[in-house]
Amino acid sequence: MSTVEERAAAPARSATPSRGPVRRRTGRRTRAELALLLGPALALFALFVLVSIAAAVYYSFFDWNGFGPPSRLVGLANYRKALADPVFQGAVRHNLVFAVLSVAVQLPLTVALALLLNGRLRGRALLRLIAFTPYVLSEAITAVAWLVMLQPGGAVDRGLRSVGLDSLVHQWLADPDLVLYTLFAVSTWKYLGFGIILFLAGLQGVPMELREAAALDGASAWQTTRKVVLPLLGPTVRIWIFLSVIGSLQLFELVWIMTLGGPAGSSATMATYVIDRGFRRYQFGYGSAVAVVLFAVCFVFALAYQRFALRRDTDGALTGRVD
Amino acid sequence: MTAPPAAQRQPRLTARQLTLSGRYLAALLVAGVTLVPIAFVVLGGFRTNAQLNADPTGLPSPWVLDNYRSVLGSSVFWRLMGNSALIAVTATVLTCGLGAAAGYALARYRFRGREGVYTLFTAGLLFPLGVASLPVYLLLRQLHLLESWFGVALAEAAFGLPVTVVILRPFMAAIPGELEDAAAVDGCGRLGFLWRIMLPLARPALVTVAVLAFLGSWNAYQLPMLVFNQQAHFTLPLGVAAFQSQYSQDTAGILAYTALSMLPALGFFVFAERRIVGGMAGAVKG
Repeated sequence: MSTVEERAAAPARSATPSRGPVRRRTGRRTRAELALLLGPALALFALFVLVSIAAAVYYSFFDWNGFGPPSRLVGLANYRKALADPVFQGAVRHNLVFAVLSVAVQLPLTVALALLLNGRLRGRALLRLIAFTPYVLSEAITAVAWLVMLQPGGAVDRGLRSVGLDSLVHQWLADPDLVLYTLFAVSTWKYLGFGIILFLAGLQGVPMELREAAALDGASAWQTTRKVVLPLLGPTVRIWIFLSVIGSLQLFELVWIMTLGGPAGSSATMATYVIDRGFRRYQFGYGSAVAVVLFAVCFVFALAYQRFALRRDTDGALTGRVD
Repeated sequence: MTAPPAAQRQPRLTARQLTLSGRYLAALLVAGVTLVPIAFVVLGGFRTNAQLNADPTGLPSPWVLDNYRSVLGSSVFWRLMGNSALIAVTATVLTCGLGAAAGYALARYRFRGREGVYTLFTAGLLFPLGVASLPVYLLLRQLHLLESWFGVALAEAAFGLPVTVVILRPFMAAIPGELEDAAAVDGCGRLGFLWRIMLPLARPALVTVAVLAFLGSWNAYQLPMLVFNQQAHFTLPLGVAAFQSQYSQDTAGILAYTALSMLPALGFFVFAERRIVGGMAGAVKG
C-alpha cells in the first residue's frame, strides 16, 4: 500500500474503527483505477509492438507469399538465404558505411559549427530557426526536392558549372560508386541543424567560469576548447552518436524515394531490402526474417551502447526509480 | 574559441575580431546551405518547365502562378492534407491520452510489477516504427485495417507511447505528494487529482510530447506507404512522392507541390519552435 493511500484513507479510518473493509475497498478501487489508467496503453503497446514483432519472428520460419495462413515451414532457411544474398550483404555494408560516415564526418562538422556559433551572435534566434528547418520537413519532401536538384543537368550541376567547378559534375544518383555518398550528403543536409542545436544546448551546460579559469591559467583558446569544453560535451556526443547510428541502421525514406536502393542494389539498405523483398515481391516469410535481423542489429547495438556508453547519462532518466 | 568576457579583459582585439568574423561566417554558411535548396524549391514553383530547363538555377522571369494555382485547385491535394491531419491528430490524441494515464499510474501508484511495466515501455524505445513497418503492416492486414486511417493512427500511437511515458513519468513523479494529500482531504479522488491538478501542471511536458507525436505522424512515410494503396487514402508525404513519380517531366509542378507540402510543417514549426527544439533536446537528454 502506498503511503499516499494510507494518508488518504486516514480520515476514513478515524471515522470507522474497523479498518479492514475500508482498506479492502480501497485496494479494489486502486486496482480498478490502475486497470483503467494502465490498461489501454499497455494493450495498444502490447498489440502493435510486442505482438507484431513476435508474429514477425513466427512468420520468418515460413516460406509464405502472404495468401492464406503460412503453412510451408522452412526453419531457418530464410535467415540462411538472407545472410548468403550479396544484395543483403551489400545492404548491411551500406548501413554500416552510413553509420561510420556520420560519426567520422557529421560529428566533427557538427561540433565545429556549434563551437563557432556558440557565443554572442546577432540573429541567433533566427539562425536556430533556420538550422532546424530541414529536420522538421519530412524525409519524403527532402528526398523529392533533392531528387529534382540532383538530376543530370539539374540545379546542382548547373550551380557547380556556374562557379567553374565543371570537373565536379557527376552522375550523382546513377553512378553506383557515388550514389551512397550522395545520399549521405542529403542526409547531412537534413540532420546537421538538429545536431548543431543539440550541441549548442550542450554547450550552455559548460560553465563560463571554467573557461575563464582556464584562460587565466594561460590556456589558449584551442587548449581551452580541447581540454575543458569538449570533455564536458561528452554526454551530448554520446547521445548524438546513439541517435545517429540508430538512424543510419534504419535508413529508408531518402533511399527509397531517391533510388529505390539502386542502381543495381548499390544504395540498398536493410530497411529498403525488407520492403523490396517482403512487400513488393510478396515474400512475406523472407521479408519477416530480414526484418527480424534488422531489429536484432538495432537491439544489440542499442543495448550494448546503453550498457557501455550511455549508462551514466541516462541514469535517472531511463532507469530512474520513482519512490 | 575565446569566451567574450575573457577576451574583453585581455584586449587582443584582432583575435576577438577573428573569432567574431569566424562565428558570422559559420552562421552564414549554415543558413545558406540550409536555405538555398528550400529557396530553389519555392522559387522553382514560380517558374515554367522551359525556364527550369534553360537555367535550373535562375530566378523566375516572368513569375508564373499556374503551378501553385493548379496544385491549390486540385481536390486531391486538399484531400491528402485532410488525411494527414486526421491521422496526425488522432495519433497525437491517443498517444498523449493513453501515455498520460499510463505515466500517471507508473508515477503515483505503487503496485507489484510497476518497474517491470516501465522497463517494458522503455524497451519500446529500441523498436521505432521504422524497423517494424513490415510486421505492423502484416498485423494491420490481419486486423482488416488496411486502407484504414485509423489503423495507421493506432500503430503510430502505439509506437509513440514509449517516449511519451518516458518523458511524462518523471515529470509527474516530481509533483509534490503534499498536493495530492491536500486534494484528498478536499475529497478529490486520485482520478480527480489526475484530471484537475496533474494534467494542468504537466502541461509543458504534455505539449512537448504532443508536438513530437504530431510531427512524427505528419511526416511518416513508410507505414502509410505499405497500408494505403488507393490514392484517395494517401497522406501528404505519399502524395509528394507519388506526384514526383507520376509527373516526373513536370519539374515545375513537382516543385510547387513540394513547396506547398512543406508549408504546414513549417508553419507548425514556427508556431511551436520552442517546444520542438526544447522537446527534442529534452527527449534526447532525458
